[in-house]
Amino acid sequence: MWTYEKRLQYPINIKKPDANAAKIIITQYGGPDGELGASMRYLSQRYSMPFKEAAGILNDIGTEELAHLEMVSTIVHQLTRDLTLEQIQEQGFAPYFVDHTVGVYPQAAAGFPFDALCFASKGDAITDLTEDMAAEQKARTTYDNILRLVDNPEVIDPIRFLREREVVHFQRFGEALRTVQDKLDEKNFYAINPEFDMRKNPR
Amino acid sequence: MAMTEQQNLMRRLQVQSFAIDDIKLFLDTHPNDRLAMEYYQKYRHLREQTMNNYVKQFGPITPDQVEGTDRWTWIDTPWPWEGVL
Repeated sequence: MWTYEKRLQYPINIKKPDANAAKIIITQYGGPDGELGASMRYLSQRYSMPFKEAAGILNDIGTEELAHLEMVSTIVHQLTRDLTLEQIQEQGFAPYFVDHTVGVYPQAAAGFPFDALCFASKGDAITDLTEDMAAEQKARTTYDNILRLVDNPEVIDPIRFLREREVVHFQRFGEALRTVQDKLDEKNFYAINPEFDMRKNPR
Repeated sequence: MAMTEQQNLMRRLQVQSFAIDDIKLFLDTHPNDRLAMEYYQKYRHLREQTMNNYVKQFGPITPDQVEGTDRWTWIDTPWPWEGVL
């Protein structure tokens, strides 16, 4: 069960509209390495995770990602809410505008909508935690690319915070993976799948 | 099979919490309804008592309820999907 706190994890207050920035940053909401996919990936993977440290980190990072997708959405909202029709035309925002006005919709920078195919839930602790480490690096790269493309300090500041969290999450998933490996046959981590072969009551 | 004390308290917590989940939606669209506000306050109080009682005996339901400095007991209590509560 979740409850909502009426606050952002990190403050965002962007005064200047910028459709170009919004068009690329929205990819971290609904794109292939975005926060929506991140949250769904970890919250989906936690159920069959066989060790409590790994279930715990998936639960809690999956929850933090919900706060991050709220932050990314807030950035997109603040960058687009005061756009004039001239700016919408000049900055190439018309294709988005015609479908969504200035509403926030989960899509990639290239325009395709959110797709669960951007993540996996494989039911194997080593497989899933390895994917999670890669996912955090892919998100970090995306934030680095965003930082190369935007120049407004009010946008850069929260994006830097989000980028840093990817680095921390990568570290924690690495530790979770090591914990899982420590509990397996050290000569062959793949001798069993702990999520399937260690079940207490297979029926 | 008889319910354990922990299962009993969890049921009560779920019932009282759901009363709040539901009245919260009604109040979002009827923010000045005095009767609904009284219902909300009644269940908020009951839920708080049950929550304190549960957490004291059986450990944290949210991470900010972890007590002491010995161990991060957040990961020790059962996850809801395990089906033990």
